[in-house]
Amino acid sequence: MKKNSRPLLIYLFIYLGFLYAPVVLLPLFAFNDSAIIAFPLSGFTTDWFSWLMEDESLFRALKNSVLIAVTASFISTIFGVLTARAMARHRFLGKQSMFGLIMAPLFLPEIIVGVSILIVLMQLGLALSLWTVIAGHVLLATPFSVSILTTAFNNLDRSLEEASLDLGENRIGTFFRVILPLVTPGLISSLLIGFTISLDEFVIAFFLTGTDPTLPVYIWSLLRFPSKLPVVMALGFILLVASLVLLSIFEFYRRRSESLASGKENSGIK
Amino acid sequence: MASSSTAKIIDRNIPMVKLENIRKSFDDLEVVKGLDLEIGSGEFFSLLGPSGCGKTTLLRMIAGFETPNSGIVSIAGEEMTNFDANERPTNMVFQSYAIFPHLNVGENVAYGLKKQRLPKDEMKSRVLDMLKLVDLDGLYDRPSYALSGGQKQRVALARALIMQPKVLLLDEPLSALDKKLREQMQHELRRLQRTLGITFILVTHDQEEALIMSDRIAVMFDGKIAQLGHPQEIYERPVTKKVASFIGVMNFISGEYLGKKDDKLHVRTSSLGEVFLKSAQTASDVQPGNVTLGLRPEMMTVLFSTNENSEYEFKAKITNVSYYGDMTYYSVEMPGPDDDISISMRNTVGRHVYSVGDVVRIGWGTESIVVL
Repeated sequence: MKKNSRPLLIYLFIYLGFLYAPVVLLPLFAFNDSAIIAFPLSGFTTDWFSWLMEDESLFRALKNSVLIAVTASFISTIFGVLTARAMARHRFLGKQSMFGLIMAPLFLPEIIVGVSILIVLMQLGLALSLWTVIAGHVLLATPFSVSILTTAFNNLDRSLEEASLDLGENRIGTFFRVILPLVTPGLISSLLIGFTISLDEFVIAFFLTGTDPTLPVYIWSLLRFPSKLPVVMALGFILLVASLVLLSIFEFYRRRSESLASGKENSGIK
Repeated sequence: MASSSTAKIIDRNIPMVKLENIRKSFDDLEVVKGLDLEIGSGEFFSLLGPSGCGKTTLLRMIAGFETPNSGIVSIAGEEMTNFDANERPTNMVFQSYAIFPHLNVGENVAYGLKKQRLPKDEMKSRVLDMLKLVDLDGLYDRPSYALSGGQKQRVALARALIMQPKVLLLDEPLSALDKKLREQMQHELRRLQRTLGITFILVTHDQEEALIMSDRIAVMFDGKIAQLGHPQEIYERPVTKKVASFIGVMNFISGEYLGKKDDKLHVRTSSLGEVFLKSAQTASDVQPGNVTLGLRPEMMTVLFSTNENSEYEFKAKITNVSYYGDMTYYSVEMPGPDDDISISMRNTVGRHVYSVGDVVRIGWGTESIVVL
């Protein structure tokens, strides 16, 4: 190894340590045989996971979260398809500013968004429910769906669509036989990212949840009881693993979307 | 049941494609400016011009991907100006080939047949026949990403031809291929067109390609047809200086047209003296005054020995030599104020290749001159 690359290497390790050390603590304490979150570790146990399995309100919260995440990601993906198609194929007045407005929620503080939606709902006299959380999450996830799908639609060679029409297929048939198969990886990655964003979102869910908490809101409520802390650690560990799996699938499809739509095949797909 | 609509007989007197006063603008830019054109049945027709001349837009209006702002597009005697691409008896080979990346070769070629709901065996045998026709036997199951450029080209061709179009449209189909492959495909396309008898319309910016392949060529500049004719007419009798310099190499000599004398065009030049030309040697209606004379490089000769003679000759100094193997191109100084001209000589056994600075005798004849 070259001498002058050493400082960079040290920097890299500090950087990675800073990022991942807290995350590594999760599995450590999730399997630690003590109610107190502190070193030294006292022994191995899977009790906290057994506790989890018996907590019924936790499962209700999980069910709520999954329901919200699936619905929100589905809706934001539909919005994403419509927007991306319009951005890629049509020219209209105010196109760029429209795009900016759609992407804006990426940069708005969530707490402001949460409070604003809450005020609007109160004024309208609407009760808080899972649907209000879904609305908030669609707002958050849509910019991600739009940017992923815009890439997929932009990479789609226009002459493929024209070739299909030229070969006698109509527009609807062309959508199902050419466009859809080529943007499917983009659709899947949009669904996955929407799902993960919604699943661990706390601020908006906290403001807009009625009597049915989402999982992050439920976890937050658990933190009031110090004895439950290791249970939270165990739950956190499960969520971490699930997120990693989802993100890996997302990344796989995102890359495939880019290569497939532009007609080039990369490694990893046979 | 009347069969008039199902079995249409092509009348040789009706042009296969007829364009009447076609105009097309994108935003404020007019790219096709009131164009009329008739393309015959079974013709290999080329639209030739530099990029931006409107030739591709014209092709796309025949295919149905663009609608003209005004004018009429008729195909096989039927008005189709506002028909969608999927309702027209035309098929296109795209410049990018547009091979469906998620389908293999067989599925790509069968794409358009799916709508016809043929039995599986028949569909497959038709695809296999078509693959054979374009020399792709054995690639039925090949995924599209594993194809070379030349193979994609052939798949695109097979996919279009299997639809049995009345008109096949080719949008710069050979521009992405290397020189050897391109030359091979030029001959193959020509052979296919003759065998199938389908009208081919080729868009190209490559004048050599157009000359080799076409029955007729329309040279386009700036949204209009500058000249329409057989390859030989276009090459030998270009109507304008622009057409002349776009098709091959042309030397220009300035002169003054003094009017007709004994039914011949009388032109005075400072480089070649007084010349008398047949009236057929101009395609335009020349008026007395300044004119340009055009001379192809192969229409003049370097006289190598004192035995060789020519109708007219002059002495000139060689200013540049480009040796191509089979040919040598000489640039020589003209006696008058004109630019140096280029002369091409075939290299034969024992023939000397001159060097820069040598003074040689140049022979020429009045027959080879065209007045622009």
